[in-house]
Amino acid sequence: MSDPDAEHRERLAQTWAPRPGVLGWLSEVNHKAIALRYMVTAMGFFVLAGLLALVMRLQLARPGAHLVGPDLYNQIFTVHGSTMMFLFAVPVMEAMGLYLVPMMIGTRNVAFPRMNAFGYYVYLIGGLFLWVGLALNIGADVGWFSYVPLAGPDYSPGKRADIWAQMITFTELAALVAAIEIIVTTFKQRAPGMTLDRIPIVVWAMVVTSFMIIFAMPAVMVSSGMLALDRLIDTQFFNPAEGGDVLLWQHLFWFFGHPEVYIIFIPATGFVSAIVTTFSRRSVFGYLALVLSLVATGFLAFGLWVHHMFAVGLPEMGQGFFTAASMMIAIPNGVQIFCWLATLIRGRLLFRTPLLFVLGFIVIFVAGGLTGVMLAAVPFDLQVHDTYFVVAHFHYVLVGGAVFPLLGAFYYWLPKMTGRRLSEKLGQASFWLLFVGFNLTFFPMHQLGLVGMPRRIYTYLPDTGWGGLNLLSTVGAFIIAAAVTAFAVNVLWSLRRGAPAGDDPWGAATLEWSTPSPPPTYNFVRIPVVHSRYPRWTPLADPMVTTGLRDDLREVVITSMLDAEPTTRHLLDGPTIIPLLTALAVGVGLIAGIFTPWGFVIGAALVLPCLVAWFWPKGDPARELAEGRA
Amino acid sequence: MSVRARLRPARAGAGIALFLAGCAGPHHALDPAGPQARHIASLWWLLFWVALAVLLAVVIALLVAVLRGVATRAHSPREPGVVVTMTERGTVAAVTVAVGLTALIVLSLLTASALVGRTLAGLRSPDALSIEVVGHRWWWEIRYPGAAPSEQVTTANELHVPVGRPVKVRTISHDVIHSLWVPSLHGKRDLVPGHPGEIVLQADRPGVFNGQCAEYCGVEHALMRLLVIAEPADRFDAWLTAQRETPPPPTDPEARRGQEVFLAQQCALCHTIQGTPAGGRVGPDLTHVGSRQTIAAGVLPNAPEHLATWMLDPQSVKPGTLMPASAIMGDDMAALVIYLGSLR
Repeated sequence: MSDPDAEHRERLAQTWAPRPGVLGWLSEVNHKAIALRYMVTAMGFFVLAGLLALVMRLQLARPGAHLVGPDLYNQIFTVHGSTMMFLFAVPVMEAMGLYLVPMMIGTRNVAFPRMNAFGYYVYLIGGLFLWVGLALNIGADVGWFSYVPLAGPDYSPGKRADIWAQMITFTELAALVAAIEIIVTTFKQRAPGMTLDRIPIVVWAMVVTSFMIIFAMPAVMVSSGMLALDRLIDTQFFNPAEGGDVLLWQHLFWFFGHPEVYIIFIPATGFVSAIVTTFSRRSVFGYLALVLSLVATGFLAFGLWVHHMFAVGLPEMGQGFFTAASMMIAIPNGVQIFCWLATLIRGRLLFRTPLLFVLGFIVIFVAGGLTGVMLAAVPFDLQVHDTYFVVAHFHYVLVGGAVFPLLGAFYYWLPKMTGRRLSEKLGQASFWLLFVGFNLTFFPMHQLGLVGMPRRIYTYLPDTGWGGLNLLSTVGAFIIAAAVTAFAVNVLWSLRRGAPAGDDPWGAATLEWSTPSPPPTYNFVRIPVVHSRYPRWTPLADPMVTTGLRDDLREVVITSMLDAEPTTRHLLDGPTIIPLLTALAVGVGLIAGIFTPWGFVIGAALVLPCLVAWFWPKGDPARELAEGRA
Repeated sequence: MSVRARLRPARAGAGIALFLAGCAGPHHALDPAGPQARHIASLWWLLFWVALAVLLAVVIALLVAVLRGVATRAHSPREPGVVVTMTERGTVAAVTVAVGLTALIVLSLLTASALVGRTLAGLRSPDALSIEVVGHRWWWEIRYPGAAPSEQVTTANELHVPVGRPVKVRTISHDVIHSLWVPSLHGKRDLVPGHPGEIVLQADRPGVFNGQCAEYCGVEHALMRLLVIAEPADRFDAWLTAQRETPPPPTDPEARRGQEVFLAQQCALCHTIQGTPAGGRVGPDLTHVGSRQTIAAGVLPNAPEHLATWMLDPQSVKPGTLMPASAIMGDDMAALVIYLGSLR
């Protein structure tokens, strides 16, 4: 029994192999390796920020507690929020994209492998920077939104606000890098035959999110840059005494900040579509409607930002527009929910952990979406704005809307990534713990907001009567901790003891399941040719695979954007240490930059040689290879 | 009729709310004491019932899917997935109707929101009382403008209003952003440096209503509290007249000694007492501090022992407060407390 592909497979493995040793590990440019590091790092930050949440819940469990003082509490809630938004939610979604997109569209790596590695290191440095600050008790303490003038030079002396502002620069840079990777990879490297209307919805979701990142992130990079300038070299962008304006910050921040929640949520809806399809054992109902809803949500998300600013007192007509837009976004989201329900009702359900997380997601997300519609009504928003009602709302949409699908996605795709099955029993236990714990923690917060408990308070007096509900909420928080522990135990257990997953443990429809688990470095032995939206659920057709790609070079097929007609072969870059060096140089420049403007000069001087090395002409590897052989 | 129809579920719901809350304080968006908060509460109940109905509909659809799924479930991932190619007419119709209903609900809520918004903006009256509220870190300065400088009243952390008369509050901040929020009367209004604003309140019944800063404003944001004291017009007028008086020089020897301590120590650098050389503008005006119900921005009852604690060790009450600790000891402190208490 000789494998006709054995030699070809061998050469591919050699060509795409990472370099050996520690240096090799640091030079890695494979999208799966980078994405897994992203995921592990992001989940690490998730756990850390979750521990901060437990400290906050303990502090608030009863009135007048003294577990932590106001100064530490303010650092804790700031770092909790900033970590969850910038270091967990966005990166983990992008990591899923960086892992899944090349697998689902049938290519061997992302479009710019070295830049991908650079993005990860920049993100890692930024994340560590924020947490080192907290560990040294100089953690950011002005909230994840850092409103001026509180975050300005007059009211936040020291380096705390600078650490926050610079962390933003790091993480947004990384987010932009990942967004560009996903867009270019999806548009240019799809397997031949994967026309636009055959792209899996997960990939669509990643593309929409990536476009949103490209339009939203610059706003916060600009504003955090202006804040850094105000603090470092005495510009007056936000100082009303010198003609600056504090509301400028709010507009710029929320122009990013509102799309941000959809940047987190849209990839999660992609996971939901994938899981609903596989576990209903049928094609999804309303593919086109789902894709158009994603795009519509992406557009509308940029028209909502002022609903974070209703209490500022902007003109009523203008507010009316933002109320309308905020409520309108319920329509595309409603379309998605109805399409999923239709698929579930018209399908044959396979009750496994990923499906449970999706069912839980639908209940919790709809509840959060409905409180979102309430908050869009200006008069009602004025009452509950900046109260625990809002805390409840956004945990319903972000934990319900993003973390539930994310965990479902982990239960779904981890067998592919690790080659091991997870325990179904422990998985279902983690779902029920999370579902109960989540609702116990966050449902009472609606009530707390209505009876007057503002956000971001480190304590409250007994006469407020908020003690009972807060205690309930704290109990719930520990149940959530148990759920997360169960998940972590499950993953670690499966890595050692899990049954082998096989290529396709779920009988799913998309391309990533046609490779071994875990996939080889080059993903596909032969690049498939796609004839349907559900390649693994439709009969095979000719041609089945693409031929003509070299296996002794890192070549991929480039296809046309709309019809995925093969147009050319393209050579991708191999492993190199330069991305890490460049990221370190950028890190030195940005971190030194919060102490002295010369930091940027030093950083530029360090980055320059890295870029020279990065862009040094490489000659023609095909010819060199030929000459070497001859 | 429609008003009563709207109010009935409101009361039932408020009962549930109170039951869930255990012992809710006097600080309550669902227990309105004025027209603004009442309109908002009725909007809330509309939103609440609509949302509940929608959530129930989705949960029922989900239950149908699950129950049907249990009956026809797939038992193994090996069962092939089906690619549906024909148009599923019935499902398309159902989804279309659901989307149409969503749009309809959104439009009606939008209309309701706009109508309530107009009603809130409509509370205007030529005889509205004008008050200025200035947010400081972490207390409230409250000014009642007068025709002459001598008629202006400045107080702190206590907003006195007459019952049944609109009050136009001008919102000002010179440091960071704060937010004025008295849930029983109205929603929030941010105090934004460089953007003075206005909010119109009205209390329909006498009472003491809690307020609190709602915009994160730094280390002691949590304990930046406020009392709104709504009184019948005659009692409010009497209060305002009393506040306009300059307190007479103390006659009691203890109080006189207290005043000397006040003027000799650092107190006068930050605080004002009309009729004395003390004219500091950094901390609250203390001209009538003895008449206030609380000290330290609604955190401690205004009693001699709390006054002494607050002056000796303010950090133990509000860690991070800008009030410095004083080193006034023994009899001097006792005299100072008596003097401050006499400023009624």
